[in-house]
Amino acid sequence: MIHSLFLVNASGDIFLEKHWKSVVSRSVCDYFFEALERATEPENVPPVIPTPHHYLINVLRHRIYFVAVIQSEVPPLFVIEFLHRVVDTFQDYFGVCTEAAIKDNVVVVYELLEEMLDNGFPLATESNILKELIKPPTILRTVVNTITGSTNVGEQLPTGQLSVVPWRRTGVKYTNNEAYFDVIEEIDAIIDKSGSTITAEIQGVIDACVKLTGMPDLTLSFMNPRLLDDVSFHPCVRFKRWEAERILSFIPPDGNFRLLSYHVSSQNLVAIPVYVKHNISFREGSSQGRFELTLGPKQTMGKAVESVLVSSQLPRGVLNANLNPSQGTYTFDPVTKLLSWDVGKINPQKLPSLKGSMSLQAGASKPDENPTINIQFKIQQLAISGLKVNRLDMYGEKYKPFKGIKYMTKAGKFQYFDRIHILFKCFFYYLLPI
Amino acid sequence: MQKLLQLPVNAVNIVKGVQGVTQGQEEALSPVLTPDSGPQNWYSAVQPEELRHLRSGGTEDRSALEEGLNSVQTQPLRHDDLKEMLDSNKDSLKLEAMKRIVAMIARGKNASDLFPAVVKNVACKNIEVKKLVYVYLVRYAEEQQDLALLSISTFQRGLKDPNQLIRASALRVLSSIRVTIIVPIMMLAIKEAASDMSPYVRKTAAHAIPKLHSLDPEQKDQLIEVIEKLLADKTTLVAGSVVMAFEEVCPDRIDLIHKNYRKLCNLLIDVEEWGQVVIINMLTRYARTQFLNPNINESLLEENSEKAFYASDDEEEEDKKAEPATLAKRKPYVMDPDHRLLLRNTKPLLQSRNAAVVMAVAQLYFHLAPKAEVGIIAKALVRLMRSHSEVQYVVLQNVATMSIKRRGMFEPYLKSFYIRSTDPTQIKVLKLEVLTNLANETNISTILREFQTYIKSMDKDFVAASIQAIGRCATNIGEVRDTCLNGLVQLLSNRDELVVAESVVVIKKLLQMQPEQHSDIIKHMAKLIDNIQVPMARASILWLIGEYCEHVPKIAPDVLRKMAKSFTNEEDIVKLQIINLAAKLYLTNSKQSKLLTQYVLNLAKYDQNYDIRDRARFIRQLIVPTDKSGALSKYAKKLFLALKPAPVLESPFKDRDHFQLGSLSHLLNAKAAGYQELPNWPESAPDPSVRNVEIPDWSKCSSRKDRKEKKVEKPFYSDSEGESGPTESADSESDSGSGSASASGSDESGSGSESEESGEETESDEEEEDEEEEKKKRKKLDKTKAKKQCIINFDQFDMNKITSVFSQTLAPSGSIKMYELLHRIKGEGLAVEYCFSRQPFSPEPNMVAVQIQFTNNTNSETKNLHIEDPRLQSGMRIREFAEIDVLAAGESVTVVMGIDFCDSTQAANFQLCTHTRKFFVSIQPPVGELMTPAFLTENDFKKEQGKLMGMNEILEKLTLGEKCVNEHVIVERVTATANLSRVPCGSDKECRFAGKTVSSGCLVLVTVTTKEGGGAQLTVNCEKMLIGTMLVKDILQALSQ
Repeated sequence: MIHSLFLVNASGDIFLEKHWKSVVSRSVCDYFFEALERATEPENVPPVIPTPHHYLINVLRHRIYFVAVIQSEVPPLFVIEFLHRVVDTFQDYFGVCTEAAIKDNVVVVYELLEEMLDNGFPLATESNILKELIKPPTILRTVVNTITGSTNVGEQLPTGQLSVVPWRRTGVKYTNNEAYFDVIEEIDAIIDKSGSTITAEIQGVIDACVKLTGMPDLTLSFMNPRLLDDVSFHPCVRFKRWEAERILSFIPPDGNFRLLSYHVSSQNLVAIPVYVKHNISFREGSSQGRFELTLGPKQTMGKAVESVLVSSQLPRGVLNANLNPSQGTYTFDPVTKLLSWDVGKINPQKLPSLKGSMSLQAGASKPDENPTINIQFKIQQLAISGLKVNRLDMYGEKYKPFKGIKYMTKAGKFQYFDRIHILFKCFFYYLLPI
Repeated sequence: MQKLLQLPVNAVNIVKGVQGVTQGQEEALSPVLTPDSGPQNWYSAVQPEELRHLRSGGTEDRSALEEGLNSVQTQPLRHDDLKEMLDSNKDSLKLEAMKRIVAMIARGKNASDLFPAVVKNVACKNIEVKKLVYVYLVRYAEEQQDLALLSISTFQRGLKDPNQLIRASALRVLSSIRVTIIVPIMMLAIKEAASDMSPYVRKTAAHAIPKLHSLDPEQKDQLIEVIEKLLADKTTLVAGSVVMAFEEVCPDRIDLIHKNYRKLCNLLIDVEEWGQVVIINMLTRYARTQFLNPNINESLLEENSEKAFYASDDEEEEDKKAEPATLAKRKPYVMDPDHRLLLRNTKPLLQSRNAAVVMAVAQLYFHLAPKAEVGIIAKALVRLMRSHSEVQYVVLQNVATMSIKRRGMFEPYLKSFYIRSTDPTQIKVLKLEVLTNLANETNISTILREFQTYIKSMDKDFVAASIQAIGRCATNIGEVRDTCLNGLVQLLSNRDELVVAESVVVIKKLLQMQPEQHSDIIKHMAKLIDNIQVPMARASILWLIGEYCEHVPKIAPDVLRKMAKSFTNEEDIVKLQIINLAAKLYLTNSKQSKLLTQYVLNLAKYDQNYDIRDRARFIRQLIVPTDKSGALSKYAKKLFLALKPAPVLESPFKDRDHFQLGSLSHLLNAKAAGYQELPNWPESAPDPSVRNVEIPDWSKCSSRKDRKEKKVEKPFYSDSEGESGPTESADSESDSGSGSASASGSDESGSGSESEESGEETESDEEEEDEEEEKKKRKKLDKTKAKKQCIINFDQFDMNKITSVFSQTLAPSGSIKMYELLHRIKGEGLAVEYCFSRQPFSPEPNMVAVQIQFTNNTNSETKNLHIEDPRLQSGMRIREFAEIDVLAAGESVTVVMGIDFCDSTQAANFQLCTHTRKFFVSIQPPVGELMTPAFLTENDFKKEQGKLMGMNEILEKLTLGEKCVNEHVIVERVTATANLSRVPCGSDKECRFAGKTVSSGCLVLVTVTTKEGGGAQLTVNCEKMLIGTMLVKDILQALSQ
């Protein structure tokens, strides 16, 4: 299975290596660096690179390449999924997954990697189990450890590994019992120049933060479960119950986890709450181009569109942009050609617009591609798919927990040529009936 | 801060450290008082400054070679520091040193010269130091084999530790040390761990198998035995790991799987996700060897439709007519129930959050499912495309292969494959591939419109791929060929040369299909030759003009004239085409082109590239008539102007499905090391009975029980083998108690003799295939060990979550006490006895099951046995047994009825009626029968006990009876008195039991603490004080007898 792991930073230095079997020389990464050189963009490195004696499987997260060395046949997704799990674990432990964080916590990283794989085969990947084995570093603990010489390694050996509920640790205790669920939806829409939707999909996740004492058994039911077209579950969800009653029944892991990912089929028409009018033109022979962009609300059911952020990748030939926003501020980076415009709130009476001219490289031919545009915003109290949680019940424990649910729609994509891909973010927060 | 701390300490520790090593972990003794007589002092007790310099000089030399010159000053000194810290007896210093060393390892720096200093700390008490030492040891043991041996005894000791986690970790590290000398030790350790009572240790044993195999492949045969044994394991924890070991050591021993096939299918959903992937992939291969092709009747159809994809429509119709004839010959196909079981049990895993699991199920369905069912995987695969780009990349590769074979499957999701400008190029290209594969007559117009927008992209590689995709659509779908061609021709006026060049290449291929109609396009392209610089495009144009020079008779010689002028400056590939063009023109229009051709051939004769020189020589011989020209020149025209078949634009993913989908080999389209071929379906199915598992003969073990009981047991088997999917078992997880009980049960050291008895039988059934040798070895094990094992096997049952059996087998079969309900004489020949079977009463869980046995001692039949007129205390309920129609003379029959006693010992009174008489009878339960076992961990037990203090706690001192000599008897006595289960406990002076009352589910906790001299203390904690008091009385009596 997984032989070794190398972490490579953006400038192409190996800053960490870990071997689970005999040591593989780091020169094996030369093949990876070759591929890196060939790739025009960092994300264009092929995920699987064959070399004469090994195969390199890499993922890119947070500008760090995680390069796994494989010696024999193994499903590539197995390795990729595992590497992502490693990144998630680091993020969980250190808050961020950066080169600096990894270097600072190199011992914890090593201990984690040691527990996660045995002989290259995953052993403990559940964060609940890992946290029992190796406590996440906190400032307080670091100080205490330095003075007292105590350790990050759990004295108690994990019980979760051995139980039938491997994702939950035993003996959880909280003074405030709380369960929060964030319903986060992402819209991915392609809209053509005339404003009609070519495709629109809603993908959602329910992320949970459950801090409950003991072994609670939760059920979560929806008002409109039929909306969910395709779902994938955390292993804790009882599949039979969902099949039969469309109810999510589960013993939650302790802490943060992703309960459910779902997809709302495109048959249900997606109302796109924003429209964009844009006109970006270049004239042949002239070194000037015109830029015009107007945003407006649409089908927002009276809710305000807030925190609007527009960004656009202008063609390579553009030297500079001299624009005039009706509200908010804009910046243009002449190196990356990235234009971003922080619009703020859209006022339906006075639509925000960004107009002006762009100067082109002298002598360069007219760019014939249209730039791409990213739009992000939030709408308060508007659930974009209409999914509603009905109730959350708890069995197995006697206390009354505080339960909360938050709806958020985010998304985001961009204009495509003469298309627009749109991202939405809206928040919605209320307490569940208990 | 660390620096400050360590300096003053170091000075002292130079002395202390040495003693710390030789004398184990003695706590800081005064350096003065310590006798300086350690048997081996590695360093002199007090290290004089001079010596230290000498030593560091030595290290300097050594590491100078390793570390490079610039680090000479710093490195050796630091290593010295580290050694001192490691030799100290302060854990904090050791820890700090180990942390620095691990950081060095992580950076890839060599730390091997610290080996002796580190390895001494292998027995350190501090867990973190120990763990870091393990990390170091595993990394460097291979290089320092001799020194590594020093640590082995520590692990051997660890293997015998009572704590299962320490045993597991010792085995893990021991097996990770790649030192050949210890192979026999490892082998022994693995064998022992494979029959360990803790499933966690057995899992570790499974992990160790491939390690040992890679270290010494000669151990293969012995390891296969261990694998065989572990495959029979019934816990989900072990299943994934042992199949992984199977795949690495002996993937061809498919015969080992037969007996475990159904079990693996049923356990699958509860196995951890990584294990699921391995098991599913293995089962795919297994199924391909054992079952018949479910698409056997359709495989012919499939081939035909495949053909029709590239062929014209009328051909397709002909094929269709032929189909019914071939179909009729086939036998009807019936799917093996085991094949169905696999498909059914893997399906829910499509909903897994783990992309690798979803992909594994998808490939299983693709390779194994009937055509009609494969469709369900499309949705899940499309979902994966919203994941990380690496996941997308792999999934799209597989979708591309699948979409060739089963186009219909992904058609509804066409739009999900539309390209976003933020996709990395490799994803875009793959999506294009899929879109092209999905194109058909109905959706081609939308797809083409989509392609048109892609051509405007800034990503040039992607644009080129899009143009090729248009070309492929055009060749595959006749209707749109003209539209595509027109579109491509328009692209010829694009300002981007790359677009134009790519279009030319594609147009060339398209034109070859029907050149007659398109002479204007050829003319247009001839003009382009002045502007296009891309060699491939120029070559394509020249080839086109040469090939179809008859369609453009005027232009062709002119093009040749221009080319002759620029010949020397062209690329090789263009030069070759110029020669070809010249040759073809010479043959068709020699008048105009004779001189030009000779000029070109002369230029080519002196070209630097020998391919071109060869070509020129060959063509000159062939076309220019001379005296010596051979027979071939007569055929020159035929040779050059033969009708060339149009190129078939094929997907690069065609036929990739001979690799197992989702595998590395499939992705690379090349066999990777260790790839196991996916076998072809067998012609006729191998014997399906090999998968039949012999049902353990329960009648044997329960021979003393009534026949009736066997009947009760039956549903359990059908349950576990078939209908009840494992998800159900997932549901039963809610009673968390049982889970933790199984985990901690391993710490138990023996329990009631009753359970032991039946347990042993189960075990031998499970491991019937065990080698003789194994059996002998097992006999040698002391009796307690045997007991431990049986208990564990019950825990495994519990993993299967068949609670009924669990409690059933726990029920003390030998010691069930029979009570008399109706005496033979009083009942006029009818004798009735009853007992509390201690099984859950399935129709109503809060009733106590009472087993009643009727014996007819008369000479005539007794008819219509039933219950009438129950007189009960308020709240109590009875669930009567079904009326017994006839009880023949001399026969006896057993039935089960349920009584809800409302947690009281009040008697249940009722009338027992026959067809002639009525008898008043009553059943009064002993308090111990009003409860069912509850499974708690030690912690839970303590926690619950803490809640039931004060009034709810009853303490009683007692003197143990003379037979109560050991724990074992106590456990036996208590469980015989009350239906409780043993709770694991760290101390051997204490026995703990837990149960719940049947009716209201109140916890009943019993603790027996033994003291010196036969004294003991009994503690009962129960919310229901009455029950508590009565229970205390009963247990007291049982123990003091």
